[in-house]
Parts: sequence; structure tokens; C-alpha cells
Amino acid sequence: MTGLFDILGPTMVGPSSSHTAGACRLGYVVQAILGGMPERARIGLHGSFAMTGEGHGTKKAIVGGLLGYLPDDERLRTSLENAKARGLEFEFENVDLGEDAHPNSARFDAELGDERAEILGASIGGGQIRIFEIDGFDVDLTGSLPTLVVHADDVPGTIATLTRMLSERGVNLATMRVDRTGRGEQALMTIEADAEIPEELIEAMREQDWVHWIRYVRGLV
Amino acid sequence: MFTSMEAWFEAALGQGVDLAEAVLLREMKDTGADRERIRARIRDALEVMENAVAEGLASEAPSPSGLTGGRARRLVASGPRLMGETATSMLSRAIAILEVNARMGLIVAAPTAGAAGVVPGVLLTMREQRGWNIERLVDGMLVAGGVGAVVAQRASIAGAGGGCQAETGSAAAMSAAAVTYLEGGTPEQVGTSVSLTLQGMLGLICDPIAGLVEIPCAYRNASAAIQAVACAEMALAGLDFPVAPDEVIDVMGEVGRKMDVRYRETALGGLAATPSGQRIARQAGMPELVQIQRSGEARGEQSARFGPS
Repeated sequence: MTGLFDILGPTMVGPSSSHTAGACRLGYVVQAILGGMPERARIGLHGSFAMTGEGHGTKKAIVGGLLGYLPDDERLRTSLENAKARGLEFEFENVDLGEDAHPNSARFDAELGDERAEILGASIGGGQIRIFEIDGFDVDLTGSLPTLVVHADDVPGTIATLTRMLSERGVNLATMRVDRTGRGEQALMTIEADAEIPEELIEAMREQDWVHWIRYVRGLV
Repeated sequence: MFTSMEAWFEAALGQGVDLAEAVLLREMKDTGADRERIRARIRDALEVMENAVAEGLASEAPSPSGLTGGRARRLVASGPRLMGETATSMLSRAIAILEVNARMGLIVAAPTAGAAGVVPGVLLTMREQRGWNIERLVDGMLVAGGVGAVVAQRASIAGAGGGCQAETGSAAAMSAAAVTYLEGGTPEQVGTSVSLTLQGMLGLICDPIAGLVEIPCAYRNASAAIQAVACAEMALAGLDFPVAPDEVIDVMGEVGRKMDVRYRETALGGLAATPSGQRIARQAGMPELVQIQRSGEARGEQSARFGPS
């Protein structure tokens, strides 16, 4: 469904909704999943991102996103310099992710302290994005909705527990997806909600002993 | 938002409200946002548009590629010759926005970044001419948004989806409808302005040189602005068009789907693939693009993989 502000917007730093605004959102979601601005990031650009990204400020946009800037933040223009000042080391390379990869794909390898995240995503047009992979797990996230990413042991009852906790707080779920390394091993659950998820609820989830870590991505407009 | 002009007009009639109010009520219903919040967001968007125009008209700074920058200012400095002050203002504002966009300035993608100059070019200029206050301008933007949403859902607003007819064509249709509405046109006349605008832009391809949202985009935004006002003028004068706006929008969608991918924002055909276009792409540091332009001419499956939106 098309909303009024899909047409009268987004307000964004130019020049391209896919190569600039979408690229920024990819970086933004990566830092949100990591839990903050990375200290080190290695970014592989694929397809059209690699080929025509330079003239569209794609690198500036991605780094700006990693710094926590949104697509309408005019600091995007100087994000490469700002990254140096704030202690974000980054490195770009051109990669070939194969025929099936979306033409505007980027692969991130980001580190913050002991945390590390490997994320694959694409800018799919009009400033919209999809995250397809987190740490080797398949996901399908838009970043548009408040999103929980839960890394947990694959034990019975995990999904029921999380959804019960959410429903008790009146949080309506939009999507839910689980991918696992193998039966009884590790699972990655992604939950997109219709409304922001209260911080104390996320804290309560973190206290479950089968939860390794939880990341929360606030919904992007 | 409404998926057809017909449904929109019927809703307005049924509720006893005008076209802008029908869009507002529908957006409130779809999103739960209240009236004032929606109007405030539109005022914010208008402010961004005004700032971008001012910045573009004030600056001669070139874009990183050097393809654009300073053209809007040159046009204003040269002054109107053939079409009067209004046309010069519209043309220069539309170009100014695209120049700001190319320099990573702040713009409103309405409906897209590549067509961001048309709506502000038309509406900010016509406001000066016609004295609309800000709330009327917000009403005009609601009508523009209503048209854009119908086009997005029936056809496409993206160059990658349907060529430039889908980008600047949609933006021009949005602008024409807003002007026709604000000048007191009937819903039928608003619809006619949409039909007239789009029928005149059917088939327009998207062929950005070096894959950059600059040339011909800036000039296409300018001519789309003129097209919009010309068609609003005809519609307001009572000139009619025998094909309903929803049908014209569907034709635009059909033409877009059948358009070769070389002409859908991939930079592999049209002006982008000319010797001049290839030279500029090489200078802009995109030798790979030139290589593909040359080798992949008939290979649609590969060309579909490249291009901005």
C-alpha cells in the first residue's frame, strides 16, 4: 500500500533514493543491530552500488548510516571525515555476490568491542531496504518497523515465550521469522512489531537463560 | 491511499468534501495520524523544498561530477525572453532542486529524487503568481499526493519501473492536478489535467548520463514543470480529453513495462550510451559502465542489474 508520504517524501539528502537514502538506511540498520557505531567496518559493494556508487555518494551514505545518521541528515556530506573524528575505521571493497544478489547489495562486517556482526542487505528502490542475512542466518527485514533480533539456543518454547511476553504488553506483531544452524543448536529470531517495543520488555527478554543477545532496531520512517 | 482517480472522486462526492479533504481523511484512516500532524508534515516538506530552491538559486557550485551546477542561476540572471517571468521562475526552480540534489543537498523526493524539481518548481512559482496562502498550498500538496499515489499503485513512479514518463511524468501530473484544483477546477477538470499531462509524456525514457541523476534529469524536470502548467491551463479552460485519467495512467504503466530495460534508468541506452554520454561516464570514473554499454547492448538480463532510482 502506498501512503501519502511515500509520494510526498522522503525528505532526503540527494542524489538518489536507492544509492544514497537506501544506502544510508543500510548502514543505520547495521549499527542498530550491532548495538552502536562500529569501531571497525568492512563494507563490500556489489553490482550497481560498486559501479555507480561513487557519483551517488553511496560510500558517504553508508558510513553516515553507520554513524547513526538518517537519510535526511546533512552531515552525510561530510560523513567520511566525521567517521575519522569519531573513531570509526572503515574500508570499502568491490565484491561479486553472484547473479542472484540484488544489484544494490552491500555486505557488512562490523565490530564494536567484542561484538561482531556480519550483515547482508540491499537497497531495493525508493529508499527502501531489505536485510537478508545476519551472522549467516537468513532473515528478511525491512527496517521500517520496530524490529527485535534475538540470538538464542534452539530449545523448545522460545518462540512461545517471546510472543507471549510481547502480547502481554499489547505489542502487535507484523512478522516473525526463525532461522537456525541445526536442530538443538543456535537460532536467530527476527520479530517485526507494529509499535515501538518498551525497553524494559526487551530487558526482561534478555534475562531468559537461552537468549544470547537481543538487538533492537527502532522503526525507520 | 486511493488506487484509482475514480474511487478518489467518488469518495469525495460521497463524503461531501473536496479532493484535498478526501485525501486527508483517507490518510488519517490508513495511518491513524491526526489531521494536524499530516498537515504539519506537508508544511515541513514545503519548507525543505523552499530551502532547496533558495540554495540552488544562490549557488554556482558544481556537482561532484561537474555535470550540473550553476545552470539555474544562469537562467535567472539571463532573464525571461520568450515565455515571461513565470516560465523562467518555474524552469530555474526545477533545475535548482536537481542541482542541489546532485550536490547531496536536502530535497523532498516527490515522488522521487530524480523528479524532485517538478512539484516545487510549479507550486512555489504559481503560489507567487496566484497568492495562495500556506494552508491552500498544503491542500494542493494533498491533491498532488493523491495523484501520485494512484500512479504509484496503478503504474509506476520509478524510472527503473517505467522510464522517465513514470518519474517526471508522475510529478508533472501531480503538479497539474494541484494547480487545477487550487485554481478552482472541478474534479473532472483535475482529472483532465492529469490525462492531458501524462498523454503528452507517454514513452519518455530514462537514460541518465553516467548513471547519475543529473543530465538529462535536471532539464526533464524543467520541461515537465512547463508541461504541467500548460495542461492545467487547458483543463481549466474547459478543454476536454476523451480518455479517463485512470486509463491514461494504465497506458503509462503498460508502456513502462514494455520499455526495454536499457531505457529504464540503467544508463545503458539512450543519451547515456551515445559517444558523448560514454565520454562523460569515462571522465566521471565509470569505465566499467562504458564497457557494459558497449558489450551488453542487447543483453537485457545484464542491464537490468544496474542503475539508480
